[in-house]
Amino acid sequence: MDLENQTRIKALVEEHGVENVVVVLGGAEAEASGLAAETVTVGDPTFAGPLAGVELGIAVYHILELKDLVDEAVWDEQISMMEMVLDVDEIVAEVKQFRDQGSKYSL
Amino acid sequence: MPKAVVKGAGYALIHANDMILTHGTTLTTERMSNPDSDLFADVPKNVQSFEETVAYPPNQCYIGNINPDELANISSPWYENGIENASRFGKFGEIMPLNEFIGAMRLSDTFDLVMLEKDFAEKVKAALTEHPLFSAEEVAKIGNGYDLALIQGLLDAHKADPLTFDGKIVGCVKQAHDFDVNLNSHVMFENLVAKASGVVALRNLLAKTDIDINEIEYVIETSEEACGDMNQRGGGNFAKAIGEMGGLANATGSDTRGFCAAPVHGLINATALVSSGIFKNVVVLAGGATAKLGMNARDHIKKGVPVLENCIGTFAVLIGEDDGVSPVVRTDAVGRHKISSGASPQAVTTAIVTEPLDSVGLKITDVDKFSVEMQNPEITKPAGAGDVPTANYKMIAALGVKRGDLDRKELMNFVKKHGMQGWAPTQGHIPSGVPYVGFAREAIVNGEINRAMIIGKGSLFLGRMTNLFDGVSIIMEKNTGEGSADSVAREDIRQMIAEAMRKLGDSLVSQE
Repeated sequence: MDLENQTRIKALVEEHGVENVVVVLGGAEAEASGLAAETVTVGDPTFAGPLAGVELGIAVYHILELKDLVDEAVWDEQISMMEMVLDVDEIVAEVKQFRDQGSKYSL
Repeated sequence: MPKAVVKGAGYALIHANDMILTHGTTLTTERMSNPDSDLFADVPKNVQSFEETVAYPPNQCYIGNINPDELANISSPWYENGIENASRFGKFGEIMPLNEFIGAMRLSDTFDLVMLEKDFAEKVKAALTEHPLFSAEEVAKIGNGYDLALIQGLLDAHKADPLTFDGKIVGCVKQAHDFDVNLNSHVMFENLVAKASGVVALRNLLAKTDIDINEIEYVIETSEEACGDMNQRGGGNFAKAIGEMGGLANATGSDTRGFCAAPVHGLINATALVSSGIFKNVVVLAGGATAKLGMNARDHIKKGVPVLENCIGTFAVLIGEDDGVSPVVRTDAVGRHKISSGASPQAVTTAIVTEPLDSVGLKITDVDKFSVEMQNPEITKPAGAGDVPTANYKMIAALGVKRGDLDRKELMNFVKKHGMQGWAPTQGHIPSGVPYVGFAREAIVNGEINRAMIIGKGSLFLGRMTNLFDGVSIIMEKNTGEGSADSVAREDIRQMIAEAMRKLGDSLVSQE
């Protein structure tokens, strides 16, 4: 996960409290999405960024898991095309795996 | 309005294994944060030799020795299926070894900042003398070189950046100022690489294109580097500096920036300059980036893949006045991601792909080939970024499904028919649309396809000035010949004959 994003997530958690922060991923690849989920739950596995060794345990979801929460028109405009293109099951399974392992909070 | 056409394209790769270690940001940041990292030993053990780099199928595709269809037919992993007897020289350009390129850097060095060690300088002169695009007279300007101790002294004093070849220090690039960060040795190194690699692409373009270089009037440089001093970072001008080294005596130029989208912005600008009649011939080119060398080295090594980001990429395209044959760049169907377009993938694809097509009554399926971000998937997949061109083709197809241009079950067929496997190095601006321009020109002239869309996309957030995305596109299509110089002449003759006949008729009537 981008180091700048790690910095921003860390700052948001410090400001609002980890229980009040949810990370919603939009990655197009299962592996990259899983890596991001891992980073915000058990820490940066590459040990390169500010979340290295920091177990935030944030509630983390991929936007493709949250279709029911999104206005239908917005979904159609923003996501529906990518929903057709991406390997939804693979991405969701990857993110869920890390959420189940490391998230201390949920929606 | 005169038409602007694509008259030629040149491409070059520089084999730069040593620069992964000295100037690739993955390794340079590792050196700062983890100086004892295994990566410094692992990278040299996992890079392709020059011969392997030449034989590597995507690289052969980049210089035009195999086309994208032929690349797609080679079994993957491509790095295990090198092409036998592959040549470093190709239909569109060349793959240059690093020793020759360091010589080219020295020849691009107007301010005597590049110092080469004596023995190395002699070897480089001998090698470059054999090169078809460098004259012996020019090569002599490399000079006699310096004692290694002098070079080492500057390196030890942190007044220079090292030039290494096969792991040994063979020279350096000196700082151009004692205090100015924009002229320090690191920046001068990056900028001289951008300049010298742009020169290599330009010379290949000129050698392979039927053009009188004195008729080239403008150069647009579209890389991601910036040259200037502390009072004008990015003041420029790579374009004119590269044009000078290409012998473009009648040209001026300027630099156009737009991250990865810049080359297509450059093509749009060049098309406008030519079709407006301001300039007859405009070169759009870009030097390459050392910073991105070995960017994903860590992931590649972890997954048992060679460190494939070992080449600096560079290109040059000539846009000129209508010759009646070369593919035309349409001026009525230029795609642009507007400030108000929105950032979702479908908003971006709509703005860049379907809006320009709609404006001239074309469907997605009317474009034979789309050239998107043509990154080599063997580089991006192990790094977790997937197959970028395929993802782009799926997005275009999915938008076509949403619009009713094609049936959903045709989605993957569309990807296969209108898409291509990626072959470009991950040099940011280099993969973005332009690698296909040479092939598109050839395929359109030969009547294999009628129309191609060239797409450039850029992630502007990296500059921390805006969160907006960017993208532009152009359409290249078959030249009908109607606007060519020959047909204009024919039309003139027809009018003259008609006029003469009218006068004859009038005189016969008056005689009656």
